[in-house]
Amino acid sequence: MTSHSPAAAAVRLAGVEQVFTTSAGGMKALEDINLSVAPGEFVSLIGPSGCGKSTLLRIVGDLIQPTAGVVEVNGKSAHEARVKREYGMVFQAPVLFDWRTVEANVRLPLELMGMERRQREARVREMLELVELGSFIRHYPHQLSGGMQQRVAIARALALEPTLLLMDEPFGALDEMTRERLNSEVLRIWGQTRTTVIFVTHSIPEAVFLSTRVVVMSPRPGRITHIVDIDLDQPRNDQSRETERYFELVTDVREGLRGRRSGGSEGRLRAEGGIG
Amino acid sequence: MSTEPEVELQSSAASTGVPSVPVLPGEPSRRQRAVRRALSFTLFVLGIGIVWEGAKWLAGDKWRLTSIGYEHTPPFRIQQLSDLNLPHLWDIAASFGEPFQRNANYSLLNYLIDQALFTWGEALVGFGVGAAIGLALASIFVHSGLLERAFVPYVVASQTVPIVALAPLIVVSFGRGLTSIVIIATYLTFFPVTIAVMRGLRSPDPRAVELMRSYAGSRWDIYRKVRLPASIPYLFTALKIAAAASLVGTIIGEGPGGVQQGLGRAILTFNQQYITGPEKLWATIIVAAGVGLLFFMMVQLAEALVVRRRGGGPRTA
Repeated sequence: MTSHSPAAAAVRLAGVEQVFTTSAGGMKALEDINLSVAPGEFVSLIGPSGCGKSTLLRIVGDLIQPTAGVVEVNGKSAHEARVKREYGMVFQAPVLFDWRTVEANVRLPLELMGMERRQREARVREMLELVELGSFIRHYPHQLSGGMQQRVAIARALALEPTLLLMDEPFGALDEMTRERLNSEVLRIWGQTRTTVIFVTHSIPEAVFLSTRVVVMSPRPGRITHIVDIDLDQPRNDQSRETERYFELVTDVREGLRGRRSGGSEGRLRAEGGIG
Repeated sequence: MSTEPEVELQSSAASTGVPSVPVLPGEPSRRQRAVRRALSFTLFVLGIGIVWEGAKWLAGDKWRLTSIGYEHTPPFRIQQLSDLNLPHLWDIAASFGEPFQRNANYSLLNYLIDQALFTWGEALVGFGVGAAIGLALASIFVHSGLLERAFVPYVVASQTVPIVALAPLIVVSFGRGLTSIVIIATYLTFFPVTIAVMRGLRSPDPRAVELMRSYAGSRWDIYRKVRLPASIPYLFTALKIAAAASLVGTIIGEGPGGVQQGLGRAILTFNQQYITGPEKLWATIIVAAGVGLLFFMMVQLAEALVVRRRGGGPRTA
């Protein structure tokens, strides 16, 4: 299940290792990361703080160069993919520019791309409709709630029609109700755009609800300990959160995080090594 | 819309497209605020006047107000409160209407306004050039750690040299006249702009830079789309300081600079004539302060307009 042919992979990581040099010497942030993500997959990275999941996301996005290993995106190097603008990124904070209106924030990547004006405006409108903020185009970020700001950030990330969407705990700062609603929206958007998503999260229910696969990581050094296939029916809705299978999968991921998951060998990569 | 967006400030803004800031009941309107500000300024000036004249009433020279027939001998005497050192405010006020020199058909007020405009013109050039240099230096330093380490200490050191000592040297090098004066004003202006804009250019969230990189944005893209707009509030703070500094530089520079006009020249002249007419120097100082205040307020107005155009966000306010 975990091995896809390299040519078809949206993301392929092989032997990725990351060492940060600090004043105290080298600190191994990631060790022997191997992962292959098929186009259209929704993969969550989950693990305790310090397990390197955000670092891994940045390596995939070519914002950090790994110390060792191979990173390929759509069959190209990560750098090539970035230069060809194949990424969309969403962070935990919306990172909107407060001097730009909602519309102008979403337009920013299109300006960089040099898209022609009329086409640009149509795209911005389309993206804001997609996140259901069509009537807020002239607002400034500070006039919106946290959840709305994050939806603007998502619209902006999707504006370039990226083949790969990288999300770094995008809903970590939101309340539970807003988070669940945005989870459903992300799934709807994912269904409409067919983009490959890599999603970093702290939340087990969120990871299970959203993903096709959940990658469980452990810290010091950060490595992949389990991969849980999420076989909930698509498309998912609020009822999916109440099925028995959903709770089983939540338990699977939770036990994976505790490092004592034994059952469900399918999709398991390496079960050794607990959390330090 | 299938989901109800969580609206915090729902107003006509959504339909008109104009961002609106809610006015809460009980909060003063813009006009009320202006009235209050004018009132507190008046009270402040009035307070200074009362302290000034009160001190003179207690320990100044003998009061002889012939027009209303009032005479008063202060119970104490302090040299610094004499009519020569601290003229009565009404004498200063009256001096504005008198000829600025014996036999001149030009009132002191007219004369001082002319000199103020001349000085302001010089200061504006220095302000503009200094701000441009400050912006350029900050942009260079933020992009080159090497140049920053090499030159920023000298930029800082440059400001520890007293301008009074430096001004004559500048005049020797560039000759008497406007060029030297503008250079002196520039010298005082570029520094606050350099330091503040460096800070502003570095103010964006590191993730904003990552975001731009994820869109394959170049350093130039990051500079003009993120760093420069983010530095605008910092720039305005520096420009307010620079407005005052450029005026001070110009007034000081007019002495060694040898121009025959300007507030600096007027201050030197009236300083020499102080014994015969102390009010004139005081009047000149008041005008100089007024010009500084006006310049400052113009920068503030420009800031308000820019910030409003940017939506008046919480961080830019």
